[in-house]
Amino acid sequence: MSTMIKGIAASSGIAIAKAYRLVEPDLSFSKTTVEDTEAEINRLRKAFDEARSQVEGIKNYAHENLGADKAAIFDAHLLILNDPEMVNPMEEKIQNEKVNAESALQETTDMFITIFESMDNEYMRERAADIRDVRKRVLASLLNVTIPNPSLISEEVIVVAEDLTPSDTAQLNRNFVKGFTTDIGGRTSHSAIMARSLEIPAVVGTKTATSDINHGDLLILDGLSGEVHINPTEELVEIYKKKHEEYKAQLAEWAKLLNEPSVSKDGHHVELVANIGTPNDVEGANQNGAEGVGLFRTEFLYMGRDEFPSEEDQFNSYKAVLEGMAGKPVVVRTLDIGGDKELSYLKLPAEMNPFLGFRAIRLCLEHTDMFRTQLRALLRASVYGNLKIMFPMIATLDEFRRAKQIFLEEKEKLANEGIPTSDSIELGMMVEIPSSAVLADQFAKEVDFFSIGTNDLIQYTMAADRMNERVSYLYQPYNPSILRLIKMVIDASHKEGKWTGMCGEMAGDETAIPLLLGLGLDEFSMSATSILKARSLIRKLSKAEMEQLANEALQKSTVDEVIALVEKAVQ
Amino acid sequence: MVEKTYTVVDSTGIHARPATLLVQTASKFSSDISLEYKGKKVNLKSIMGVMSLGIGQGAEIKITAEGSDEENALNAIDELLKKEGLAE
Repeated sequence: MSTMIKGIAASSGIAIAKAYRLVEPDLSFSKTTVEDTEAEINRLRKAFDEARSQVEGIKNYAHENLGADKAAIFDAHLLILNDPEMVNPMEEKIQNEKVNAESALQETTDMFITIFESMDNEYMRERAADIRDVRKRVLASLLNVTIPNPSLISEEVIVVAEDLTPSDTAQLNRNFVKGFTTDIGGRTSHSAIMARSLEIPAVVGTKTATSDINHGDLLILDGLSGEVHINPTEELVEIYKKKHEEYKAQLAEWAKLLNEPSVSKDGHHVELVANIGTPNDVEGANQNGAEGVGLFRTEFLYMGRDEFPSEEDQFNSYKAVLEGMAGKPVVVRTLDIGGDKELSYLKLPAEMNPFLGFRAIRLCLEHTDMFRTQLRALLRASVYGNLKIMFPMIATLDEFRRAKQIFLEEKEKLANEGIPTSDSIELGMMVEIPSSAVLADQFAKEVDFFSIGTNDLIQYTMAADRMNERVSYLYQPYNPSILRLIKMVIDASHKEGKWTGMCGEMAGDETAIPLLLGLGLDEFSMSATSILKARSLIRKLSKAEMEQLANEALQKSTVDEVIALVEKAVQ
Repeated sequence: MVEKTYTVVDSTGIHARPATLLVQTASKFSSDISLEYKGKKVNLKSIMGVMSLGIGQGAEIKITAEGSDEENALNAIDELLKKEGLAE
């Protein structure tokens, strides 16, 4: 029977494929006494055999598809699975203490984990994680549950998960994953951003996807309406196949604007640029008619690895992006880590309010080694294109000055070493914190440009955690309070002859675009796939009319009034 | 029973890859093979045993083999330690 669940349409498109559940299984068990110790030992041996054959499989796959480097970790896992000092004590435990295999496994591995974790060698401490991994796999076999291995997906699937972390998505094979749906998250959560960057449909925040969908169910994922159909009828599949064709036709229509300028009906030019996360996204940006990159989120270079990326690694990535954009502007945001984005190799104490805590520029100004490495890599790459750098989460002018000072020091050092750098790198800042929007007139005297990060600006202005669904109604991009802050920033920059961009989700939003055009925004940075749609819209609008509209909107008192106003004007 | 003493020369000591190779080599033989360091003796067929010793550069280690193929086992391990530049 066909059922339907609804969530937030986070990335457009339609996918029809089988469900792949990427859900951590329940591995809980209780300690029991067994009578037949022989049988229990056999159970344990069988679980080890099964774990071994799984690891062999993953190792071979990793060897062929990811390289010998990535496969080596599984060699270590196999050795642990074959380790007599590991297996024998477990069997003795079952024999002597008459405990079940699960407890014997748990207690023996706990002992080794403790030994490794107490060693003073960082490398050895990390081996405890290998033992945990292996234990998880054996325990899953004992309990007859499956551990998902997303890197092994070999047919077209729609991934079903509670949430997807950046490292989860990094493991997904782009050729086979046709879309995803999650229990939690909103339009601005990482899973949503990632889906748009991969150009696959996503429906997030369904609340019940993982409980309603079984592994292997046929799904229709409608990233336009936010509907997920589970085991649909053949008729419905046909209807959606047709919708998919229509969507592709619409895309083809927009594609005609690929090389057209982004100009309003009355001749006002704005820049439509792309948000990217890795050098791989440059191709998508160019294919979708981006006039540059408005936000290069460099944190992805730092994620999914065991240590900081070297200056050389970073240099190569920045150079690839600058060359890929062939002289078009590329705005790079320096490391924005902390908050909901963590690095395994940078241990930070847990915080009560990570979004109000030690993150982004605050962290960079303290861990200056890491910051300097990034700036050096950027400076060295600057000669390969049109580089602009911005600092995230600036709250005070002093923070901007300190960051700029470090930048200038690194530039001078490179000059002394005889390494060329560009002399025309613009230095800007993100406006995400209300304090910097309110004081924009002062900031505008010292920065070369602003980029408004609406996702955070809205969350900080409304004091509403954007990951918390219960307060998601407060995520109101068109609230007059937000519009007024945006206007303050744009006006302040223009007064000093500077420019303002926007790199939050709002910049690509159909309701926001008329208002932002009217407020005088110079640069709109969005997911690459939204650019042509936005260009088509802007070409139909008159800047002069939108100025009037924006002025009216600024005088409204609620978000609903603003939405009604825009809908009436733009129809 | 046969045994041989070595000094570890590899600058990073015996961890990860070398430990893996040692255990893989030892596991090919039926003899009991052990590694002794600072008075602690572990099974050389156990990766966790070997790694738990935390053997660094300059360490004096003793390899002992006992069983039907003890000579061959010790020779194979000797060859590996030298080929990999781990110990002499």
